[in-house]
Amino acid sequence: MNFKWISVLLLAAVLMCGGCAGDEPQHEKAGSETAAEQAAAASGKPAVLTIMTHDSFSVSKPVLAAFESAIGARVTILKSGDAGEALNKAILSRNNPLADIFYGVDNTFLSRALKTDVFVPYAPKGLENVGPALRLDPENRLIPVDYGDVCLNYDIAWFKDNNLAPPAMLEDLVKPAYKGLTVVQNPATSSPGLAFLLATVSRFGEDGYLGYWRDLKTNEVLVKNGWKEAYWGEFTAASEGSRPIVVSYASSPAAEVLFADPTPAEAPTGVVIGHGAAFRQVEFAGILAGGKQTVLAKKAMDFLLSRTFQEDIPLQMFVFPVNIMAALPEVFEVHARITKEPSTLDPERISRRRDTWIREWTDTVLQ
Amino acid sequence: MDGHGTAIGRLKPLAVHPYAAAGLVPAVFFLLFYFYPLSGIIIKSFFGEGHMDLSFLDQVFSSRRMGKIIWFTFWQAGVSALLTLLAALPCAFVFSHYRFRGKKVLRTLASVPFVLPAVVVAAAFQACFGKAPVMGITIEHPLVLIFMAHVFYNFSVMFRIITGFWTTLQGRMTEAAAMLGAGPFNRFFHISLPLLKPAIWASFALVFIFCFSSFGIILILGGPGYATIEAEIYRQAAHLFNLPVAAFLSLLQILFTLVLMWGYTNFTKRATRFVPEGENQHLKTPKTLWEKAVVCGAGLFIVLLCVVPLAALAGKSLVHEGQFSLVFYRELFRNASDSVFFIPPFHAVRWSLTFAAGALVIAVVTGVCAALFIRHCETRFQSRWATLFDPLFMLPLSTSAVTLGFGIIITLDKPPLNLRTSLWLIPIAHALVGFPFVVRSVLPALRSIPDQMGDAAAMLGASPFRVFRHIDLPLMAKGLVAGAVFAFTISLGEFGATIFTARPSTPTIPVAIYRFLGQPGAMNYGQAMAISTLLMGVTVLGYVLIENIRKENTEGF
Repeated sequence: MNFKWISVLLLAAVLMCGGCAGDEPQHEKAGSETAAEQAAAASGKPAVLTIMTHDSFSVSKPVLAAFESAIGARVTILKSGDAGEALNKAILSRNNPLADIFYGVDNTFLSRALKTDVFVPYAPKGLENVGPALRLDPENRLIPVDYGDVCLNYDIAWFKDNNLAPPAMLEDLVKPAYKGLTVVQNPATSSPGLAFLLATVSRFGEDGYLGYWRDLKTNEVLVKNGWKEAYWGEFTAASEGSRPIVVSYASSPAAEVLFADPTPAEAPTGVVIGHGAAFRQVEFAGILAGGKQTVLAKKAMDFLLSRTFQEDIPLQMFVFPVNIMAALPEVFEVHARITKEPSTLDPERISRRRDTWIREWTDTVLQ
Repeated sequence: MDGHGTAIGRLKPLAVHPYAAAGLVPAVFFLLFYFYPLSGIIIKSFFGEGHMDLSFLDQVFSSRRMGKIIWFTFWQAGVSALLTLLAALPCAFVFSHYRFRGKKVLRTLASVPFVLPAVVVAAAFQACFGKAPVMGITIEHPLVLIFMAHVFYNFSVMFRIITGFWTTLQGRMTEAAAMLGAGPFNRFFHISLPLLKPAIWASFALVFIFCFSSFGIILILGGPGYATIEAEIYRQAAHLFNLPVAAFLSLLQILFTLVLMWGYTNFTKRATRFVPEGENQHLKTPKTLWEKAVVCGAGLFIVLLCVVPLAALAGKSLVHEGQFSLVFYRELFRNASDSVFFIPPFHAVRWSLTFAAGALVIAVVTGVCAALFIRHCETRFQSRWATLFDPLFMLPLSTSAVTLGFGIIITLDKPPLNLRTSLWLIPIAHALVGFPFVVRSVLPALRSIPDQMGDAAAMLGASPFRVFRHIDLPLMAKGLVAGAVFAFTISLGEFGATIFTARPSTPTIPVAIYRFLGQPGAMNYGQAMAISTLLMGVTVLGYVLIENIRKENTEGF
């Protein structure tokens, strides 16, 4: 009767939970056990290095195994929400850090992250192979690890079918021929959305960017809150939507080729990167102050800049490696474009003005 | 307290009634996992610099935007709850009065939408309504989408709670009224409706508060023109790093909920009580044309509302380049990029089910204890305590997940309660949201049990445990199952996922869906649809299991 069934349910749940508690370390071991076990055998207890990062982080199994043997410890990765959320969690937990390393502060959050003093300086090996334009923290508290260019993507087939030339620069979007064709993301809630807003600030200046957005609004630009809604909901190349132009990444066409079956010879989407239309997002990693594994953390930072890790980045996260010695995979060589002259803005200026820009943008575009 | 002592021996010296003691369970649960982290983050936000800085209040009160957000939050929640009621009440009538084929299937399918992530629901709507205007309204309008999604999600909440209640109350009284010449209209408005009030208000309150703190739907379907307080809290906390404003808005949201719930509690106290009857005795087979039409109408409505979008979604997962194909399902099992974070489908299913079972047990145990405690307070202390506790127990439903998550980081960080990255946090956090559903589903049934019944049993020598087992539990079984279904569903749908600091080794199905949707590529999209379909399947399976436990339960009652 009642009690019997409730107890059965309870028992089952307790068993299941017991089971999950027992399984806990399973995934952490997934990469490679050898390195961890060697370390464990040497010191008596397994050393664990923890990396806190955002939800988009990824690494391949062999590279994680190489990581663990390079530093002689197990590596645990804590995914902690989107980029802003994860950084905020790292800052909040600074008195009792959750991890030894944080991966994934981008240049729009850089100044704010540095002001909180949660990162300690360390210049890893291989830093000399990183272009000076990407090294935005002179004190080396945050080290560049990857970068991606946020830019307009367009549906090649749509423009062909409609006998219209694809856009070549930001200015094209406000022309009458491109009325109602573009979908962008809200800079207040989306990181590519913010990057695109910054591209327009960089291109048209603080005096001109609102005028551009006013024209874009007149030209019926559509705004969505996030990349997923814009790309999967409105972009003609990826959904039943009606917008053949979307804000995404310069590497998105490569993903469109890689994640297609059968593999197409040409990417279905093109990118607009000329004339300052692309904004470079640089991602940084740093050692968290107060972390337990200070020695291991330095070794890990070295590994993050090594060719092994850097060459894994493109196909895992669809961004570019910062190490100039790192070779790009073929699909990137063919289908992803590197912007020669991307838009950038001084992180300090972004930090100071970003709230104002977002507010002004909101008042102009959303009202 | 064994069941064999004499009544007199037990009535007097009993210092603490077990139902009163039961209150400790939810109290401890709440203090540890809710109030402690929440107060931690609020104190840190307000006094972070050592002194209280209230300058941020200017930002909140001087901004027209904030006023608009607060107004919109209330307005859309009210309209959404009302629309849901309009949809659910007629269906509940049919399901509580008639016996027909396919009833169970429909009831099960109606609850599936609840588990789907908002971004998938957007895809489902797009798949079945397309972009063309329907009857002059473009489905694209954000408000239409928000209301549709809210009804789509919450229909089953009202439908289940009201049907469960209605089944037990219809019968003699309406029959007597019919005999005395009352028409169906009169019978409904003068007998059924007043008697149904507790269930209607309970489910209305739930749905209202649920929509009040709506986040994903507003953000994804509503787009940038619309924001609820909850969405604004997330923006302030996660993107603008403005913790004081986020904490203040969280407090505001909690305060609103308390006031709403306090009003609700006072209102339901005055609701009509009735003597429950055995269930299933009065179910009729539809005979007249009119009855058949009503039953068909309700069935068709549920199919259109819930089943069609779900089927459209499943359809999307089965079509590749215009042809039927299982390629997306096959691909689910292949780790194409050899990523460490590849999620094997069965792994995801197992974790989802494990957490859902854990959350269900925690929510049901704490929820039933809370309901018994509230009921006990109402009968013994003239409701003074109950009016305090009842609203309190609803709070997790409308507390910003990101605020609570930040609170957990700074408070539950030391042994023995170092839960920040613990697996236990997941079922606990899910149960926190599922718990109010259990309380709301169980309480109306518990309240409808006349005090005399328990007293009589006690007089005859039954221990409080026996009273629980043989009177209270069977009578609240139906509500309990509804509550359990909600707790299970909430966990499967990963409500408030932002609560978690980190989850390295626990790939649940929604996590897998988000992983696929995170990168461009047709295969990724197809696989997201495939695993969403899998999630629907798992949900249905879970419902069947839960409902069958009840069947065993109530047979012979």
